[in-house]
Amino acid sequence: MAQNLPAHDEPAIAVTGLRRSFGDKVVLDGIDLSVSRGTIFALLGPNGAGKTTMVQILSTLLGADAGRVRVAGHDVARDPDKVRAAIGVTGQYSAVDKLLTGEENLLLMADLQHLDKARARQRTAELLSRFDLADAAGTMVATYSGGMQRRLDLAMTLIGEPQIIFLDEPTTGLDPRGRRTMWQIVRDLAARGVTIFLTTQYLEEADQLADHIALLDHGRIIAEGTADELKRLIPGGHIELRFGEPAELASAALALEARSTDEQDLTLQVVSDGSVRALRELLARLDDQSIEIGALSVHTPDLDDVFLALTGSNDTDKDPAR
Amino acid sequence: MSTLSYAVRDSRTMLRRNLRHTLRYPAMTAMIVAMPVTFLLLFVYVFGGTLGAGLAGGGGRAAYVNYVTPGILLFTVAGAATGTAVSVATDVASGIVARFRTMAISRAAVLTGHVLGSVIQTMLGVATVIGIALLIGFRPAASPAGWLAAVGLLALFVFAVTWLSVALGLVAKTAESASNMPMPLMLLPFLGSGFVPTSSMPGGLRWFAEYQPFTPVIETLRGLLLGGPTGSHATLAVAWTAGIALVSYGWARRLYNRNPAAR
Repeated sequence: MAQNLPAHDEPAIAVTGLRRSFGDKVVLDGIDLSVSRGTIFALLGPNGAGKTTMVQILSTLLGADAGRVRVAGHDVARDPDKVRAAIGVTGQYSAVDKLLTGEENLLLMADLQHLDKARARQRTAELLSRFDLADAAGTMVATYSGGMQRRLDLAMTLIGEPQIIFLDEPTTGLDPRGRRTMWQIVRDLAARGVTIFLTTQYLEEADQLADHIALLDHGRIIAEGTADELKRLIPGGHIELRFGEPAELASAALALEARSTDEQDLTLQVVSDGSVRALRELLARLDDQSIEIGALSVHTPDLDDVFLALTGSNDTDKDPAR
Repeated sequence: MSTLSYAVRDSRTMLRRNLRHTLRYPAMTAMIVAMPVTFLLLFVYVFGGTLGAGLAGGGGRAAYVNYVTPGILLFTVAGAATGTAVSVATDVASGIVARFRTMAISRAAVLTGHVLGSVIQTMLGVATVIGIALLIGFRPAASPAGWLAAVGLLALFVFAVTWLSVALGLVAKTAESASNMPMPLMLLPFLGSGFVPTSSMPGGLRWFAEYQPFTPVIETLRGLLLGGPTGSHATLAVAWTAGIALVSYGWARRLYNRNPAAR
């Protein structure tokens, strides 16, 4: 995608030929990627794929063994402080000071960003209310819920108004509500023109948020593109129909070009992206033939399907979160 | 602002953070004082009569309070090292150190904040222990200059041991192992001249006790506070202290700047 950019517009993140090993273990094995300014980029992969190592290298925490890495127009190895001044990082575990209050955590960050006192107070108050933490501002962070700590962590990252934000698995361990809140926050940030680089193990999350997705497996990028482009690579999406009578199953199978039928369960599967339009067409066809449906369920492709399709092996088995 | 004034400002910010921790978590400060005070009372009132009688010139319990107090002070410093190592290791484990490292702040500030915060905390602990020693009969004979020199040497020693415990905290993988690492330091006042004269120890142990770094520091403090000679101990004490500070500082800096291990 770097090729599509005008020459004068350097991407927010540009990586070529990046390699990194720990001892004998090759964690990143020749990564090339480019993230345009103001977009959301998702690095999708199972645990152990090298996502965190990637974020650590991009955020100057870790050196690369080989390759060129430029963030915000600066080389991470040569000008780490210039990179640091432009970025914000929210890691996989909330890096907050649990012995301070939420407000003190934000003021600490403001001090470290060298904001003057008035500006520090103003930014702190702003972020506390924006992240729904105003009521808990004076309470010690040790008493915060996981979702609150995650929001505070992100608020701390935003104090210095970074141009590029790295989010390493921002919703891992959050409940569904916390996850939706986090997604909305990420969308709002992108709407303000911030570039976002996030890692996730959930295809749905990448699908919901990202303009561009890269799939990382065993230290290599095995596929990349928009969510739609990626989904077309995955044959996992299907609609499953259940019928009351074997005769209905048989006529439906004829009418719908079923991918597979199960005569015992009286079910059949039709390949589909699961969109409303596809669903409507399917129902209309069955209606035309007056076929009665017992039950219907839509199966969207998930990360397991992606890895099955692209690597032929299901690596997400090792993932303890599943 | 220049790089140096940023470094000073960042260090001050970090110091403020660490002092706030001290206030929020008073149990740690209480522990710094409680352990040496317990040992002080134990050694003076339980063993003091017998141990005091064995000192050169005898003198019983009253003489032993004077003898043991400098040893107890170094025991206090060694005990406080545990708190420093734990708080550094906790910072690393919680990920906040990684956050600081991705920010454009002075590289030295995080550690400097820990060191200054711990030095202040430990010195307050030492002052409290001296106060309690005075209450139970410690009778120093030091001149104001002697006091000044003693406090100066103590501060320098605290500074050195704190840098060492910062390095130990960085090397530890968890807070639990960080709390064990400085443990041997707490034995050094015992395996030196802190509680009994080294001359009363058997061969090999005596050799170790005479040449380990705590002994010249204890002997110098003893000389300064009780008005005796310090002799070659003072030079040795300062040399050891400066050496420990320098090596530990270099070690801690290298650990802090190294690449973090992959998760």
